Amino acid sequence: MRMEHWFYAVPLRLRSLFRRRQVEQDLDEELQYHLERKIEEYIAQGLTPQQSRHAALRAMDGLTQRKEECRDMWRVNAIDNTLQDIRYALRVLAKSPAFTIVAVVTLALAIGANAVVFGVLNGLILRPLNVSQAESLWGTEYGDGSGWQSYPNYVDLRDRNRSFDDLAAFKFVFVGLDTGKDPSLAGGYATSGNYFDVLRIQPYLGRFFHRSDEHGPNSAPYVVLTWAYWHTRFQDDRGVVGRTVRLDKHPFTILGVAPPGFQGTLLFVSPDFFMPIVNQEQVDGESLLNARGSNRGIFEAQGHLKPGVTPTQAVADVNAVGAYLEKIYPKEFGHKSSSLARPGLTSLGRRVRPFVAGLMLLAGLILVAACANLGSLFAARAADRSREVALRLALGASRKRILRQLLTEAVLISLVGGAAGLLGSVVLLRRLSTWQPFPGASVHVPVTPDAKIYAVALVLALVSGFLFGIVPVRQVLRTDPYQIVKAGPTGTVGRRITLRDVLLAVQIAICAVLVTSSMVAVRGLVRSLHSNFGFEPRNTMLAATNLAMAGYSVDKVPAMQRRMIDAMETIPGVERVGLVNNYPPLVYVAATRANVFREEATDLRPSNAAAVPYRYDISPEYFHAAGTTLLAGRSFSWHDDNNAPPVAVVNRGFAGKIFGSVTNAVGRYYKMQDGTRVQVVGVVEDGKYLSLTEDQQPAMFLPFLQSPSSASYLVVRSTRDPQQLAAAMRSKLRELDAGLPVGTRSWNSLLEVVLFPSRVATVSLGVLGVMGAMLSITGIFGMAAYSVSKRLRELGIRIALGAQRKEVLGAALGRAFKLLAFGSAAGLFLGLLASRVLASIVYQATPRDPVVLAGVSLVMLLLGLLATWIPAQRALSIDPLRLLREE
Amino acid sequence: MSRPSDLVQGTLDLLLLKIVALEPLNGWAISQRLKQVSGDVLQVSDGSLYPALHKLEQEGWISAEWKASENNRRAKFYSLTRLGRRQLQKEAANWTRLSDAITQVVRLEEA
Repeated sequence: MRMEHWFYAVPLRLRSLFRRRQVEQDLDEELQYHLERKIEEYIAQGLTPQQSRHAALRAMDGLTQRKEECRDMWRVNAIDNTLQDIRYALRVLAKSPAFTIVAVVTLALAIGANAVVFGVLNGLILRPLNVSQAESLWGTEYGDGSGWQSYPNYVDLRDRNRSFDDLAAFKFVFVGLDTGKDPSLAGGYATSGNYFDVLRIQPYLGRFFHRSDEHGPNSAPYVVLTWAYWHTRFQDDRGVVGRTVRLDKHPFTILGVAPPGFQGTLLFVSPDFFMPIVNQEQVDGESLLNARGSNRGIFEAQGHLKPGVTPTQAVADVNAVGAYLEKIYPKEFGHKSSSLARPGLTSLGRRVRPFVAGLMLLAGLILVAACANLGSLFAARAADRSREVALRLALGASRKRILRQLLTEAVLISLVGGAAGLLGSVVLLRRLSTWQPFPGASVHVPVTPDAKIYAVALVLALVSGFLFGIVPVRQVLRTDPYQIVKAGPTGTVGRRITLRDVLLAVQIAICAVLVTSSMVAVRGLVRSLHSNFGFEPRNTMLAATNLAMAGYSVDKVPAMQRRMIDAMETIPGVERVGLVNNYPPLVYVAATRANVFREEATDLRPSNAAAVPYRYDISPEYFHAAGTTLLAGRSFSWHDDNNAPPVAVVNRGFAGKIFGSVTNAVGRYYKMQDGTRVQVVGVVEDGKYLSLTEDQQPAMFLPFLQSPSSASYLVVRSTRDPQQLAAAMRSKLRELDAGLPVGTRSWNSLLEVVLFPSRVATVSLGVLGVMGAMLSITGIFGMAAYSVSKRLRELGIRIALGAQRKEVLGAALGRAFKLLAFGSAAGLFLGLLASRVLASIVYQATPRDPVVLAGVSLVMLLLGLLATWIPAQRALSIDPLRLLREE
Repeated sequence: MSRPSDLVQGTLDLLLLKIVALEPLNGWAISQRLKQVSGDVLQVSDGSLYPALHKLEQEGWISAEWKASENNRRAKFYSLTRLGRRQLQKEAANWTRLSDAITQVVRLEEA
């Protein structure tokens, strides 16, 4: 039945669409035939031809309307009318290019902002990792969310849990990778043997390593390359499989290449290679495989939950294992309750998610403001076009048809604006996803645009088109063609609150929220840039070296490091040289913490720790080189080595927490986890260690000679040109050992990494704030310009009757300013509430900041003045004589 | 849109299908035939006839053909299709059921 129906219907529809003229002619002819027969009938009844004709037409009850009804029956009227509406809309829009451009640009900005933020949301939060069955893959977050734990604990968790199919783990390793001709730095994951099997990934080339390859420490010298690294470093050479490369001078065999889409299980950092974690000693210089007390063994453990196991059950299970381990190893392991997290962002997710969600909200507000803006513009236009609407109504157009026409204009604008916005956002997202914020570190933002973004932009465009398109509906429905055609557009000056007023106030409020948030963010960033770091990053060059990469054993490290320090001191213009093991403060968000106990403590369980300060192992001159002020006591000397008693310098926070005061601390003792008594010989100022947003933390500094480490940073203070200085440092180090990879960066430039989150937050909020400001300018301008143009005649009469400039301005713009004041106050209030959310992202983002309050008020006032300037000029320059003559 | 006020909605389709079922007719002839057979009881305004015919044509129930008319002028003739015949049977059956039911109700004696 359906088939047969279409057998008849399809040819008819096609004919109506594509042979339109023929079909119309047929319709005319058919009706004409009827009319003629009818006329003949009336003539036969004795009417004159003229009367017959009129009677026949009357019998038809409106020939044009009947024709339109027939066209309706063809079912192509919808398409046809739409095409007509679009053509007409294009003509109308082309006639007022200023309006069209403003509307399109407004929407392009608003939709573009939404598409970009959605792209980020999609890339970081919605899109699962590129592994199969990502929905059942969970990472275990240990304790405070730092994600770090020890390797023995991971092994126990893997073997004792009953929730995961299997549990894989990885940590970062940074090595000198030598293919035989060009040693260079590379970053990778040291993973458990089951890593690829747990993630259910198949190799692109060769094979992966498996759990069966692990036979104790350093038993699996294998390496798997990521596709990207294979592509850039090995130029897609399929012969690499089976070849031997050297990682920190140790031979490793290339087993295979991972598939192109797989870049490890972290979103921001993509590794160059994977190697078995059982071989970590060869690249880390120390074995962590049995160090249950060290939380540096594992970065994250992850696995697929068994079918039927809920995340809640799994968390309970993981915590039960943790409690059990704490009972067995009380000295080395203090259990902190764990949780599960989606792999990819790990603990960063906690801060990224609310931030991106907040951005999405603000972007949504921008769109709402844009819609309010365009809505009032459309309402104003519809009012101006009331005569046209009335004429069309009088000529027989249905109100539905007129509304459809107005809606078509709105949707047309929204689609063009949406397309432009989408285009911009795709370009921006592409740039973002290839952007490497930190040269040298394979950190990237995985936000490649995909189909979802196009869909979202399209939906947003359509929805907003309808939103601002329906604003003038009521107005059109109320139109009384007779009144309007008779009287002309009425210049009614409404004293009551209109929909347009409400829209404008809402829009101004939203814009004030955005301006407030961005000002709070900028203030926070400025403050965090000027806060006390506890060291002086200016004029300080850092050189990262890892002696393990050049094959030094731990016992040879201190002597070599001393030679490096001496070599730096011979560079002309260098004032001070220090050295710190692992990472200096505020570099790469990496720091070591250790448990400390009061001297009298006997039960050295981690849970009994008196404090968990940051730990830095430093050379004697470090404080001078770093610019850290010594408050009391002394720094270290070259005699504080393994033959000397253990000593420490602590910061003010540490001294206050353990000893009560700075002066009390010097000469006193505290205990380390392993029971060693350490004497405090000096106290330095407080500082920032891991991040700028951290609260004041305790820190302790130990002599690097007492706990040697092959990975260290040289800290060189000099007022010389940084580039020359870095080159001189590299050449001096090359003289000492040509096989040692060195990375030089200024301390300030490395701070970028720590500042990155607040920078991103500030820039994105700043951009949204500027967009909000632009929207409020166009909104107020539109409203003010419109009300002036509507009331030109009235204002002319006022001037003619002797009104002063102030009175004219008050009459013309008073309303706009009242709305501005009201909207700004509401927006400021809401913005201050919203800023509480910002406080978690932006350092020292306090909304109760007089500068912000004053700044926002000032900005809104300026925006108001700027936006009303032209309309005000127009109102003042009214020449009543000319105006009255014209009307 | 104007609807034939004194026609039960939907019955116009039935009438038109029935009329063209007898022989292919043009619009004018259909209006004449309607008047004729119903004895002026069923008034279908000229205006509403053509949209109804066009609708039936689009449904595939009747098909149109240009032929010479009774006074030798070109006119559009409608004839019933196979699909239309089935529709006619269905609507006729519906109508019989409905009118029987209404007749029953109308004949109820007041107690």
